Amino acid sequence: MPSTLNIFLATILTHNIALTYILGMCPIIGVSKNISTAVGMGVSVVFVITVTSLINWPIYHLILVPTGSEVLALLVFILTIAASVQLLEMLLEKFLPTLYMAFGIFLPLITVNCTVLAVSLFMVLREYNLTQTAVFSLGSSLGWLLAILLVSGIREKLNLVGDVPRGLQGAGIVMIILGTLALGFMGFSGMVDL
Amino acid sequence: MNLMPIIVMGAVLSALTLILAVADIFLGSHGEKVIDINNTKKINITGEDTLLNCLSANKIFIPSACGGKSTCGHCKVVVKCGGGEILATEKGFLTNKEVKEGVRLACQVKVKDNIKISLPDELLEVQEYTATVAALDDLTSDIKLLRLDLITPKAIRFKPGQYVQIFVPGYEVFRAYSVASPPSMTNSIEFTIRYIPKGMCTTFIHKALKVGDKVKFTGPYGHFYLDENSERPIICIAGGAGMAPIRSIVYHLKEQNMPRKISYYFGARTKKDLFFVDELKQIEADFPNFKYRAALSEPTPQDCWEGDTGFVTDAVKKYEGDLTEHEAYLCGPPPMLDAAVKVLTAKGLNEKRVLFDKF
Repeated sequence: MPSTLNIFLATILTHNIALTYILGMCPIIGVSKNISTAVGMGVSVVFVITVTSLINWPIYHLILVPTGSEVLALLVFILTIAASVQLLEMLLEKFLPTLYMAFGIFLPLITVNCTVLAVSLFMVLREYNLTQTAVFSLGSSLGWLLAILLVSGIREKLNLVGDVPRGLQGAGIVMIILGTLALGFMGFSGMVDL
Repeated sequence: MNLMPIIVMGAVLSALTLILAVADIFLGSHGEKVIDINNTKKINITGEDTLLNCLSANKIFIPSACGGKSTCGHCKVVVKCGGGEILATEKGFLTNKEVKEGVRLACQVKVKDNIKISLPDELLEVQEYTATVAALDDLTSDIKLLRLDLITPKAIRFKPGQYVQIFVPGYEVFRAYSVASPPSMTNSIEFTIRYIPKGMCTTFIHKALKVGDKVKFTGPYGHFYLDENSERPIICIAGGAGMAPIRSIVYHLKEQNMPRKISYYFGARTKKDLFFVDELKQIEADFPNFKYRAALSEPTPQDCWEGDTGFVTDAVKKYEGDLTEHEAYLCGPPPMLDAAVKVLTAKGLNEKRVLFDKF
């Protein structure tokens, strides 16, 4: 079993959920035009992933495993993610309206993001305990935040230069940026391992 | 057989539903809220819904083409207080000036508290009408005349030039069409509708609708209408299905025996695309104050066209002199309108007196 620090560093650098597993691509392409929206999206992702995986861990280990219904993991995770995002939205709206306004449209959007589901499924596959799950989900989502932040930063700088070939504008150039970043992150391999 | 997964799934589903339902009771806003319109009308609302839906449930119809999906940006209202902060989904549709004035999209504002809004008075008179299709005739190869006989309410009052929104069943959206009939015709209403390939409403009207079918629409809407207090001579420019509001204006003035001079310029591609020619020629013969000129941009040799060729704005340039005292009503595709505004202002017409209806 890797140490918690190992998991944390690995999920950000060597096993980055966006740049190594190529997950959560639609928001990276869609909302990375400027840094401020990218941060909004990224922070919401961190929030939702950490909370939902901490909800899914006990559900899996205390309900699904004892009853022998592990096959349901995928279905149940999707349902709990959807429900917990709903619940989170209601709670935030009632008790932390400023935070709710800051998250805005991002919170409900994340419900259907594959990264959220992937983190919950990975935690089962890799047989993490609760502490490791917490570190793993926090690290993965921070890694995703780092990826979208890098992409949006590069896009903002590119806009200043402004001579992206016509056919590559928009999604095209984002794919190239992502590919280059993924290659760059390969340089971390061997530093830490899961 | 292992029934456990099924039982677990059922239990998880019911537990989640229960949690959400309980949360909704404790966290949702369920009290009675009041929508105050222009400080004169008050509506009581229970439950939580968007402003647009709350208003339409209370028979106040705000123009909206997309049906509340925040894609058309038509349902703008001024929210004085209680609407919460502006949302990311609205920003693209509002100018900085509008944001300062408190303009919001009614489909995005959730009524969570008492809310104060202001609406133009004419919107309070908008009603929902049910009508049957009385006639659906081809005017040209792609434009149809649609006549609706009103069922409830039995009569409609509008100003010549205004539009209504026709409901497209199945897609649950509204599309705006200018009224082509004069206001004196209160029990039925006419439109000229051009077929646009893949257009939701035009396909519905051209391909699916039959005489005798029921249609719903709301209206009237719009600031584009004849200024009846003015006595200025009028110049009208229209293209294609832009005929509709101008026809309404011309017929309205015809019924008053043409007290004002009107020159009507109509642009089309070929002779086949001209319509209502006989009607307009008849009015021209009856009233010396009315002049109708058509310009064809691409007349075919079979057309044997002896009238004006080129863009309709070229004809305006050719026949009109100084226009400083005139008033202009334009309806047609945006490039035509932009060209027309240029020609008219070059001839001395004040831009404030150029009214147009872009589509």
